Amino acid sequence: MSDLIPFIVAKYNYWIYITLMMIGLYAMIAKNNLVKKIVGMNIFQTAIILFYVSIGAKKGATIPIIEHAHGDAHGAVSHTIEIAHYINPLPHVLMLTAIVVSVATLGVALALAIKVYNRHKTLEEDEIIDQIKGI
Amino acid sequence: MRMIALIIIVLSGGLLLYATQDFPQWADPASPASLHLSPHYIQKSMEETSVPNLVTAVLADYRGFDTMFETTVIFCAGVACFMLLRISRQTPEDRYYRHISTGVTIHIKDGGKIPDKSKEFERIDTMWTPFDLVIKTVCRFLIPFIQLFALYVIAHGHHSPGGGFQGGVILGASIILLAISHNLRTATKRMNEKLIGLLCVTGVFIYAGTGALCLLIGLNFLDYSALASVLFLDPVSARSFGILIVEIGVGIAVMATMIWIYNNVSSAGKYDEGL
Repeated sequence: MSDLIPFIVAKYNYWIYITLMMIGLYAMIAKNNLVKKIVGMNIFQTAIILFYVSIGAKKGATIPIIEHAHGDAHGAVSHTIEIAHYINPLPHVLMLTAIVVSVATLGVALALAIKVYNRHKTLEEDEIIDQIKGI
Repeated sequence: MRMIALIIIVLSGGLLLYATQDFPQWADPASPASLHLSPHYIQKSMEETSVPNLVTAVLADYRGFDTMFETTVIFCAGVACFMLLRISRQTPEDRYYRHISTGVTIHIKDGGKIPDKSKEFERIDTMWTPFDLVIKTVCRFLIPFIQLFALYVIAHGHHSPGGGFQGGVILGASIILLAISHNLRTATKRMNEKLIGLLCVTGVFIYAGTGALCLLIGLNFLDYSALASVLFLDPVSARSFGILIVEIGVGIAVMATMIWIYNNVSSAGKYDEGL
């Protein structure tokens, strides 16, 4: 037990997103209601987004916008750029698009759920299966 | 089912937690992710594109193809919602009207209606909607400022956090706020369905068209330095302007898609009564 706590604390960011991801996965597999499954999918996506953003972090670094005065926006920067001074921009780019795409997929999933509800008058998975089997 | 799910979760979760042993420490500057590509982006992007915001530079220039197809994915999601839900022929429905001066509500059955331009009656949703003067007034004052802020976020994406995706979502949210605070009919009167569809396509077209223009001038697809001869600029500034054009396209497409998805999902494709 005394070994476990430093082990968790050292990498607590990964523990957080793995827990979130597993909550989402459990909701997607085990829940009976389709809307709850969609909520599970969104929790899963949030976990992935947190993972990427935490990869991009650097100790003692600032946001990835090069410091510049008003005049030198075009072309050369007068001072040299320290790599350790700015965090990694790439994960932020990937997640920027992923957030908007996750909203779009949420829209499509909800549209499908509305269609299912219109036909079967329920969103419970077992009742839909019973109706399809004709019981 | 619950047992199987629990077993899967425990197994895969345990496997992932075991794998974190090999992962770099939190915020380690020497982690593998920040060793290979990101030094190039951080050091070179200012002299190659003259955009101080590295996220914008990487998004629209270095990873231009990726972002173009992300925009296409969003457009496809909007079209999918429309195709799944939109019902053009309507069955006769019950309508509710409120007499404005007295507050009396009337219920008209089987598709009867009072003309929309009537000054004495206003149409209300089937679910009971009380007078909400405070919400309506506050939202009417707020929406122009939200839209102004969204334009700032799009236009100032080169120098501060922001860009097409963020600004587009804020613009879309302002119209959705109008639909929530008043009703869906007010919002679709301002921003009708045809306009939304056209804007959606226009945004993607601006992005892909900029790329195709570069191809026509004689450089690679989405190589904005080709625009130098069209914009009468040096190649580095042309890249900066190319990124701005592309961001505007992304903003238009994202805004239109957000409103389109909201309209279709909230009214189940009838465009009649929203949330």
